[in-house]
Amino acid sequence: MAEQSLLEAIREGLHEEMARDPAVYMLGEDVALGGPFGVTAGLAEAFGTQRVVNTPISEGAVMGLAIGAAAVGLRPVIEIMFIDFITLAMDQLVNHAAKLHYMSGGQLKIPLTVRVQCGISGNMGAQHSQSLEAWLAHVPGLKVVTPSCPADAKGLIKAAIRDDNPVVFIEHRGLYWARGEAAGAGAAVTPIGEAAVLREGEHITIATFGRQVAAALEAAAELAPQGISAEVIDLRSLQPLDMDTLVESVRKTGRLLVVHEAVSEGGIGAEIAMRVQQAAFYDLDGPILRLAAPFSPIPASSALDRFFVPGKAEILRAVRGAFRRQGAGG
Amino acid sequence: MDRDQVLQLHIPEPKHRPGELADFSHLRLPLAGEIRRPPIAASAYEIRDLAYELIRVLDDEDRAVGPWAQPLEPAFLLRGLRAMMLTRAYDERMFRAQRQGKTSFYMKCTGEEAVAVAQACAFECGDMFFPTYRQQGLLIARDWPILDMMCQVYSNSADRLKGRQMPVFYSSREAGFFSISGNLGTQFSQAVGWAMASAYRHDRHIASAWIGDGATAEPDFHYALTLAAVYHAPVVLNVVNNQWAISCYQGMAGGDESTFASRGIGYGVPALRVDGNDFLAVYAATRWAAERARSNLGPTLIEHFTYRAAAHSTSDDPGRYRPQDESAKWPLGDPIERLKRHLVAIGAWSDAQHAALVAELDETVRETGRRAEALGTLNAGPLPDPASMFEDVYKEMQPHLKRQRREAGLEPGGTPRPAEGA
Repeated sequence: MAEQSLLEAIREGLHEEMARDPAVYMLGEDVALGGPFGVTAGLAEAFGTQRVVNTPISEGAVMGLAIGAAAVGLRPVIEIMFIDFITLAMDQLVNHAAKLHYMSGGQLKIPLTVRVQCGISGNMGAQHSQSLEAWLAHVPGLKVVTPSCPADAKGLIKAAIRDDNPVVFIEHRGLYWARGEAAGAGAAVTPIGEAAVLREGEHITIATFGRQVAAALEAAAELAPQGISAEVIDLRSLQPLDMDTLVESVRKTGRLLVVHEAVSEGGIGAEIAMRVQQAAFYDLDGPILRLAAPFSPIPASSALDRFFVPGKAEILRAVRGAFRRQGAGG
Repeated sequence: MDRDQVLQLHIPEPKHRPGELADFSHLRLPLAGEIRRPPIAASAYEIRDLAYELIRVLDDEDRAVGPWAQPLEPAFLLRGLRAMMLTRAYDERMFRAQRQGKTSFYMKCTGEEAVAVAQACAFECGDMFFPTYRQQGLLIARDWPILDMMCQVYSNSADRLKGRQMPVFYSSREAGFFSISGNLGTQFSQAVGWAMASAYRHDRHIASAWIGDGATAEPDFHYALTLAAVYHAPVVLNVVNNQWAISCYQGMAGGDESTFASRGIGYGVPALRVDGNDFLAVYAATRWAAERARSNLGPTLIEHFTYRAAAHSTSDDPGRYRPQDESAKWPLGDPIERLKRHLVAIGAWSDAQHAALVAELDETVRETGRRAEALGTLNAGPLPDPASMFEDVYKEMQPHLKRQRREAGLEPGGTPRPAEGA
């Protein structure tokens, strides 16, 4: 099977959707040249600069333009270069894109895709590294998705573009060049709202998304020979969450570890823990665990920022600790 | 320079306060017909003087004069007059309805009717409006039923917005009237995006947006001017300078430093400053701007210089922040009265006809009001179905919303109970 990077997969998905539907309309800073990481490279050459439109540095303006363009029937795809900059566009996103369908009594629809890029990599510090997915998942009317592999990157970007609701598509910078199985030309969309069980297990469920999926899979592989069978779930969609898959898994394993790179306070992990204990409290064999970043701005120095990203070692420690405390498992 | 001088800020203050007599003698008001009408292809720089002048058509003898006066059929002007009068009668009725507890809130546009109505008459069917609070005249001039507007204000069983929006936050796809926003100014960027998309689709429809003098301090005003200028977007951007942003006079938004129209020049957007109480001037300036937009010459910024004769809303008392006689002393008069006098002057209208129309419109509004109230008011009569509040959050209802609707006992046929923790 052919391989590609996650970045190439997103580009391929964008290209296929633009070729399929003339209503797909792209706006963003530097998008005609490909953006800072080259995700949109070649699209302006293929579809023209009337359709892959460079904008001035003005996230709030771009979000406003996209809402207006969506209201006239287009399917805008905008790029916010770093998720940290989404604060500049938050009013248009939260108070307009997310609510206009509702506020207009269903008269308006805003089929908007907001591509953002997140995560700690490359020593980029407090304003170019955050994971702000929980803010976005907190807004009724928005959908939030994030892929961990090239096939889902392509499948989810296509799903986002075809969705009649505003969808925030979060790309983890640390995964752009990670290679994986390619979805292939014309591949199917990945349905929004469905998690993927990437590894089945019996003793603990590890639920995560984005870059931590690979860490969870590596940890699960290392735990297996020690007698701990871990089930790994890639959430893929953070709003809506696929609670059916999560609850079913926890009912089977009796334990849950949630891992994310956002700070722990008020994060997606807290929401999952609340909903899982509500649905599966009597199936739990121990407290729900969470690995997340410290509640601090993200420093640029490698000496400091390594404490912010969970990984295989932290997952192993958390899982083993759980079983040691509980005197169960391997 | 005095080295002992400490720094001090200028806090703008209006010329006159409550308890004093209003005086507008400081305003420089050009005569009707005095200001030139440039070709539509003029650049912002070439017509920069117009951003500091005031385009006026109706003179003190009620004649239409000067280069901005256009030959218009009396029947057309009478339609405009009627729409302005219906807007005022509607406002009066809904304001009283709020006082009677039939709605929570209302905002009148008294004194500013010419802005929305003349502009609606200047645009074409299919052109898209991105209004703010005081442009109900756009809907009325497009013959949108006031029954539908009343149902929105009452949040009743026939409210097309299903009880989800504050009173006066109208939204009508068919009338080309975008949803009103409480976060001010945001419609400016959206209008530019709509206009860009219209051009991308090789359509012929243009967009127009309205903002108040106070909200020009919001970022979207500046976003919109920048991006509309960059892409030559087919859009007409309007500042309705009605002198007051709730209790803050227009100087608080920078209106004493320079005109709001002049903001356009720095962005390269041609700007006009218009007597907003002169129906003919507003109409002519808007036609000029719309023609520019439709000819791919790009955006225009129009400042409508007018006066908010009523309170900001049912929630404030202007007596606390401006002189009692200020409205009466506004030197540009009342837009309905001025157009009426013009029509009388050209022999197309009479006082008797006018009085009859006032009575007819009052009766129309009263009768429509009764029909609207039969469909429910804020807390009485048929109300929106609570089960509907989970609809339209997303295009298709999501599983967690279905679950929450079930848990709230709001499934069709269920018994409602309070939310968790309530």
